[in-house]
Amino acid sequence: MDKIPILHLGNFLLVTIQVDMHDRLALTLQDDLTTQVVSHRARGVLIDISALDIVDSFIGRMLANIASMSRILDAETVVVGMQPSVAITLVELGLSLPGIRTALNVDRGMKLLQDTQASEVPTLGSREIT
Amino acid sequence: MAVEKSHKLALGSQDDVVLVRQAVRSAAIEIGLNLIDQTKVVTAASELARNTVVHGGGGMAFVETLRETARLGLRLTFEDTGPGIANLELAMKDGYTTGGGLGLGLGGAKRLSSEFEIDSRPGEGTRVTITRWKG
Repeated sequence: MDKIPILHLGNFLLVTIQVDMHDRLALTLQDDLTTQVVSHRARGVLIDISALDIVDSFIGRMLANIASMSRILDAETVVVGMQPSVAITLVELGLSLPGIRTALNVDRGMKLLQDTQASEVPTLGSREIT
Repeated sequence: MAVEKSHKLALGSQDDVVLVRQAVRSAAIEIGLNLIDQTKVVTAASELARNTVVHGGGGMAFVETLRETARLGLRLTFEDTGPGIANLELAMKDGYTTGGGLGLGLGGAKRLSSEFEIDSRPGEGTRVTITRWKG
């Protein structure tokens, strides 16, 4: 498998990582997601890592990159489903993933993205003129 | 201390890093490490295997099961014949990188292991050995 599928759900992109990724695959995912945020005008990216046994510094950096690039492109990223053993190891490794929003599972992650969108103040461009 | 089992794997590409992770995982399960310790040792192996491929230009990984009186352990060795590390002290520091990464590989792998040893000579290569004891 040379690509990780990206699902489109309304305004959001949904990715479930289910394979032990080699580095190239991680980079491809990063590029694909960034491209699709723009092409689908996505407002949120949800990444489910519940099937990942480990997150090393490379995958950690990929997650951080996706979050920063999406933010620049006006989309929020939420990483969900991290296993407790992975969280413990990450912190000991020295990665605290600053700037990445997390949620316990897909449900809560979706809620977080929806709430973020709902609470946004309408911008000038989208305000109705009465 | 006796080596009960030894497994040798070539590290030439990123796909080999994945294979090393899987070999370390099954060895860790075999000696009965708990899930957290399994995760730590596999993560450390991933960092070091990547170093061997990216910085060392490829090399070998050894996965060994150790028995010492009553305890079991896992010893992992990563060696390459690459350019070596000129300044070991600097290379061990968090945040220092020459490869464009996060610079957490060596320091992180050390924190995730019970024992850590590194031997590197400029122009000759690098060998890193980590051990994780059960319990």
